[in-house]
Amino acid sequence: MNIDSIQRGIVLDHIKAGRSMELYRYLGLDALECSVAIIKNVKSEAMGRKDIIKIDDNISIDLDVLGYIDPGITVNIIENGRITEKKHLSLPETLTNIVRCKNPRCITSAETGLDQLFVLSDRENAVYRCRYCDTPLKTKDA
Amino acid sequence: MRHLINITDLTCAEIDSLLDLADRMMKAPAAYRETMRGRILATLFFEPSTRTRLSFESAMLSLGGGTLGFASADSSSATKGESLTDTIRTVSAYTDVIAMRHPKEGAPLAASFKSTVPIINAGDGGHNHPTQTLTDLLTIRQEKGRLHGMTVGVCGDLKFGRTVHSLISAMSRYPDVKFVMISPQELRVPEYVLAEMRKKNIPYTETERMEDVMPSLDVLYMTRVQRERFFNEADYVRLKDTYILTEDKLQAARQDMIVMHPLPRVNEISTRVDDDPRAVYFKQVRCGRFVRMALITALVHAAEAGADTLFAQEERNEY
Repeated sequence: MNIDSIQRGIVLDHIKAGRSMELYRYLGLDALECSVAIIKNVKSEAMGRKDIIKIDDNISIDLDVLGYIDPGITVNIIENGRITEKKHLSLPETLTNIVRCKNPRCITSAETGLDQLFVLSDRENAVYRCRYCDTPLKTKDA
Repeated sequence: MRHLINITDLTCAEIDSLLDLADRMMKAPAAYRETMRGRILATLFFEPSTRTRLSFESAMLSLGGGTLGFASADSSSATKGESLTDTIRTVSAYTDVIAMRHPKEGAPLAASFKSTVPIINAGDGGHNHPTQTLTDLLTIRQEKGRLHGMTVGVCGDLKFGRTVHSLISAMSRYPDVKFVMISPQELRVPEYVLAEMRKKNIPYTETERMEDVMPSLDVLYMTRVQRERFFNEADYVRLKDTYILTEDKLQAARQDMIVMHPLPRVNEISTRVDDDPRAVYFKQVRCGRFVRMALITALVHAAEAGADTLFAQEERNEY
């Protein structure tokens, strides 16, 4: 399988196999006019299988969304066909308008216009809590 | 601007200063009759609660201030579909401090994002009720002389009982405090509260039998099984009479133990216990008024001074 290398853009590497379409939706990549390649089930020594997304433009990426969905992803910034920057992600301290609180008693279920806010309360177990009602959300629920 | 949404918004030093001020106010209320002269407290009760609302209004009136507000969502613009944040923006233009109760968890936090005056959480669903906690802390400190080195039993509805969660969170910050959780399986303390306690190495035990642990307690905090927190009436009926404190059960308790209850009670404490010197729940009510007086004073003065710390301007205001 042959995918052209890109001159200027972004490569999202080390995506857990099978999660690239989810990322594609969360990052709104369907709205881009540039070329976007999703490569699934690539053989990887470290991961067994992984997905890769190549974006043929240096767009602004919400690293908090990426870190929340999969903190193992590497973001490679490409200029003139070379990697100029490699960003390793971690779980962000806060999530703003990325996920919704599922607690029916939470004010966010009744009041429109409120930001959906989650705060990382336990990094080891990747537990976020709703800033309003403290209801926990695990990253696997994403 | 400082608000009181969760009891942990206050540092231990601020809590101590609030309790000290409440003590002084209780001893010489006349000295504080003009403290809030010219200021207005809004009591916005989107969910009815006569006791808490009256306690706030009594506190503000005792300080020489005025009050306005509504006692249920039916008599507010919420019935016309006005959003909470619009109501808050409007009311904060009319008043100097807002005490609000709302059935939705986190509503006071959402209100604090838009308010131009301090917001006091007077209860948000089953979530937090920090002024009840301040009331409880003042009562414990007055009755026991300290907040550290205490074994606190909490009994009844520990799942939905917001007063219990706030009390645990506040007392956990004082050294050498242990908790004994007494509840049926269905109404156990939520796992996230227990996880937080384990993380901070706060010792606790859980039991279904009140009798077994009674002799070990310094404080027994009773709670009501609240009908309004259940989606299912059958579950409420099945659990509401689970724990009733009687004179007989109290016999096993230490003579210096105190029995507390946030009130209103239904039947979880026999009225025959009321005359026992260990029953302090009506003293709690009185503490509630004075601790709210202290809180209103501290928040309004901090807001007027543009201070991020309560009591930073204490000497200047001489209270």
